Amino acid sequence: MLTPTYLDYSSTTPVDARVAKKMANYLTMEGDFGNAASRSHYFGWQAEKAVHEARSQVADLVGADPREIVWTSGATESNNLAIKGIAHFYQKRGKHIITLKTEHKAVLDTCRQLEREGFEVTYLDPLPDGLLDLDLLKKTIREDTILASFMHVNNEIGVIQDLQSIGDVCRANKVFFHVDAAQSAGKIEIDLTSLPVDLMSFSAHKIYGPKGMGALYVSRKPRVRLEAQIHGGGHERGMRSGTLATHQIVGMGEAFAIAKAEMKEEQARTLKLRQRLYAGFSDMEEVVVNGDLDQRIAGNLNISFNYVEGESLMMAISNVAVSSGSACTSSSLEPSYVLRALGLSDELAHSSIRFSVGRYTTEKDIDDAIALVKEKVEKLRDLSPLWDMYKDGIDLNSVEWAAH
Amino acid sequence: MAYGKKVLDHYENPRNVGVLDKEANNVGTGMVGAPACGDVMRLQIQVNDDGVIEEAKFKTYGCGSAIASSSLLTEWVKGKTLDEASQIKNTEIVEELELPPVKIHCSVLAEDAIKAAINDLKSKAN
Repeated sequence: MLTPTYLDYSSTTPVDARVAKKMANYLTMEGDFGNAASRSHYFGWQAEKAVHEARSQVADLVGADPREIVWTSGATESNNLAIKGIAHFYQKRGKHIITLKTEHKAVLDTCRQLEREGFEVTYLDPLPDGLLDLDLLKKTIREDTILASFMHVNNEIGVIQDLQSIGDVCRANKVFFHVDAAQSAGKIEIDLTSLPVDLMSFSAHKIYGPKGMGALYVSRKPRVRLEAQIHGGGHERGMRSGTLATHQIVGMGEAFAIAKAEMKEEQARTLKLRQRLYAGFSDMEEVVVNGDLDQRIAGNLNISFNYVEGESLMMAISNVAVSSGSACTSSSLEPSYVLRALGLSDELAHSSIRFSVGRYTTEKDIDDAIALVKEKVEKLRDLSPLWDMYKDGIDLNSVEWAAH
Repeated sequence: MAYGKKVLDHYENPRNVGVLDKEANNVGTGMVGAPACGDVMRLQIQVNDDGVIEEAKFKTYGCGSAIASSSLLTEWVKGKTLDEASQIKNTEIVEELELPPVKIHCSVLAEDAIKAAINDLKSKAN
């Protein structure tokens, strides 16, 4: 069986060959395998040098000072560290946290845990296009609000939040502002010298770096302090203990450096490919794009093919690797909570497919995907009683379903 | 988790996709599930004068396992009497299609569908 076409870059990315090559130098006896914390010998110094360089590479991409970068095992850990770290450190100031219903589980589940510890969390509803309602945020902030957490780019629908405006509101109210930038770093400009952001989470594997590696930006000006979540040696200025995985760190640094150098050109190319994909479906009936089409990251196309269930479509287009917001693809039977929070009907959530385009996607990949999707959607609509009903002019909302 | 071969086969080569005249006296229609759940099956059966199912058609909105379950059912009920058809258990569908635990509910829905079709037919006779 030929390897399928990969159009699931929002889920993960392959490691760039240039990154893998560099990482390999930090593993074996022939390479720089030392412990960066070994301050007294050559092996440690070599590792430390590499870590230092990588820290600058990451900081450079986002306009941070290298001393503001803390290495973690991934954006999930960064989100945990930021949210729990702030909550525990500043709890005497207040115990109220604000976030959005469409955040990644790494944020939502962390908030749930804090609720179990006695914190209060408000989960705001986004606007139908996925954006945060600033007036709603202003109304929700209280005297005892200490932290607000909003992702820069949403993983499911690709919508881009306005960090400047949100940050301004938080600053005005002395609320710490954390941003999950796992899906945005390396794809759109981030300048922390001017953005009013206190903490920012980064992931390596979303931007052609290795899995199991991430970072957390912790602002020094103004100074943000955190309670460490992992103890044992005081690494990373006491914020995150544990021997540094030099090869992983080098990988992340290199991936971020490449992203910085190639971002403009790559985003233009990615956007063209995504537009080509969307255009390919434009002559089909009952096709809906989920989320704002303009305030959106170039590579993401989350689209619902009405009256066709998402998992059956994914099975049908098995030569193309994508994701679906359908319940059938999760082990609970609930459709995507992100799409539901946007106010999407359950049917459209069940019928949604997320295509995400990336560095190695070609025009041929897009054209092949379009042809395959069109063919299979037609075939599945022929199989669908709902399509029949739609064609007969029956309003599905008026039907009494015999659900069980 | 790759898709089961038999499930794929029913999707690639669906048997008995289509529509019967639901107004006809010898046709029973069962529609179960809901779009909100991501699963809707319409199963139709046509009986001859001896009460034997001579034709069955289905249409399904749902995942591959749901499509396969309803497709399989239309194959199985042909040539059976209404009583025999109502005896089909969802567990037999699970076994035949090798459905994983998370997909068992698809087979349950298929069983509901055939029962609903039979009930529809019986209510027409009254």
